[in-house]
Amino acid sequence: MLEMKNVTKTFLKGTPDEQTALDNFCLHVEDGEFVTVIGSNGAGKSTMFNAIGGSFFPDRGKIQLGGKDITFLPEHRRALMIGRLFQDPMRGSAPDMTIEENLALAFSRKNGRHALGIGIKRSDRDFFRSELRALDMGLEDRMGTRVGLLSGGQRQALSLIMSTVGAPELLLLDEHTAALDPAAAEKIMRITNDIIARRGLTAMMVTHNVGTALKTGTRTIMLDRGKLILDLSGEERGKMTVARLMELYAHGGKALDTDRMLFTQ
Amino acid sequence: MTLAIGSLQLGLIYGILALGIFISFRILNIPDLTADGSFTFGLSVSAALCAAGHPLAGMLLGALAGALAGAVTGLLQTKLEIHPILAGILTMSSLYSVNLFVLGSSPNLSLINCATLFTGLNALMPGNRELVKTLLPLIFCGLSAAVLIWFFRTNLGLCIRATGNNENMVRASSINVAGMKILTLAVSNAFVALSGALLAQYQGYADISSGIGMVVVGLASVIIGETIVGHRSVTLGLISAVLGSVIYRFIIALALEASIFPAYALRVVSAVIVVIALAVPVARKRAYDRGTRKKAQRDA
Repeated sequence: MLEMKNVTKTFLKGTPDEQTALDNFCLHVEDGEFVTVIGSNGAGKSTMFNAIGGSFFPDRGKIQLGGKDITFLPEHRRALMIGRLFQDPMRGSAPDMTIEENLALAFSRKNGRHALGIGIKRSDRDFFRSELRALDMGLEDRMGTRVGLLSGGQRQALSLIMSTVGAPELLLLDEHTAALDPAAAEKIMRITNDIIARRGLTAMMVTHNVGTALKTGTRTIMLDRGKLILDLSGEERGKMTVARLMELYAHGGKALDTDRMLFTQ
Repeated sequence: MTLAIGSLQLGLIYGILALGIFISFRILNIPDLTADGSFTFGLSVSAALCAAGHPLAGMLLGALAGALAGAVTGLLQTKLEIHPILAGILTMSSLYSVNLFVLGSSPNLSLINCATLFTGLNALMPGNRELVKTLLPLIFCGLSAAVLIWFFRTNLGLCIRATGNNENMVRASSINVAGMKILTLAVSNAFVALSGALLAQYQGYADISSGIGMVVVGLASVIIGETIVGHRSVTLGLISAVLGSVIYRFIIALALEASIFPAYALRVVSAVIVVIALAVPVARKRAYDRGTRKKAQRDA
């Protein structure tokens, strides 16, 4: 369960470029929800993820995850509870290490193995192989290959396994298919849905594809200028069309004023 | 023959230095200049303790002294966010004073008539002076390499390798990047200092200027090793660093023997070796580009 209460973050405070990226932002995500996040550039989507992930601390407000206050927990300390994927497929894995070494790294951290224990055990190899086989990319036969030699799609799939292997409390997907070609993007999206369902994860995904946002997951939220302006789930979400949402998207939610619909705040 | 054995002995002693340099430059990917100072730190501590009658403690505390120096550089880099090169220079520079203090405010310390590991082993197996002088470096260098090969296969070792490879990923996977850097620089400099500690007992004296140019010497060894073995795995990289160090000593000894250059030119020769090794891939790429261009012009 994620709870954000009145979270505020202002960049370049006290300068003419001052920008309030999150403005008294509140959000509640139940366990097992899969929330898609939309909003124009600068709406605060990435800032929200960075605040949850701990890339910086908010100026005001409180963030709780799984009942624990993580507002000021250092990034690496909360990383055990939060899996994160970025747009850049190169970001989630170490290029000069092999596939199995990368997996071992993610796996041993989540399992709290002894620091001086041998990194890769034989039983680990079997486990990694079965995880990779589920991707259906042939990576299970290339466990000794340096990750730098893989394609963007393959690396993103590997990162996905690495960030979910320990069943994190929350999975943050920041446009993680945006840098891939359409076929690879579709495949990664399918794998993502599969892993989230199989492990019963709570997840949030930023996307600029409104169609994907409505089709994927269980709930869709829209941000504008650091505020949550639209929150769709259940029947409302089922009835929402891409065209209608695109219109809201373009107006930053201002069209809602006239319709007096679907306000959350 | 004497030349070959002498080069082997020095190559193994400086091989430990090359292991340390390999860790900072290749695994952690940080150009760490602390090594010039920490080499002398290990050397001075070892000599001072030999003079006090504790050669074995000299080795251990010498390595520990190097670890301390490395940790200081790591703290400057991570906690105070000082540029890695400047952080190394600051530690190296201040170690000059520390080393003079350790040597009793004199620039050198002779160990004639002092017990060292070498005199100790000589007493156990008399009449085998050269064997002892080869055996001890072989044991220390072999053990160091074995420990490091094991270490970089552990979970912690994987974390360190990832830190040098993709810091963003490491931060996102619950590893303390600052802690990893401090630890690794401590380990790296511990081996650099161990190399100095062994050299002091091998040659029977300590000199404040012994450490000058050690970063370049270590890097030259690492690069020579990589030229022969290639970039493959960390295990092979560690072994090739030692191999490179031995070959480096052979080259130097042969060149000195043939009077190709005087002994004082040693450091400039080391630097030239590093520059050439770094220039080869660039030159190769230029030649390839030129070839492609000419071919395209011909075909057009």
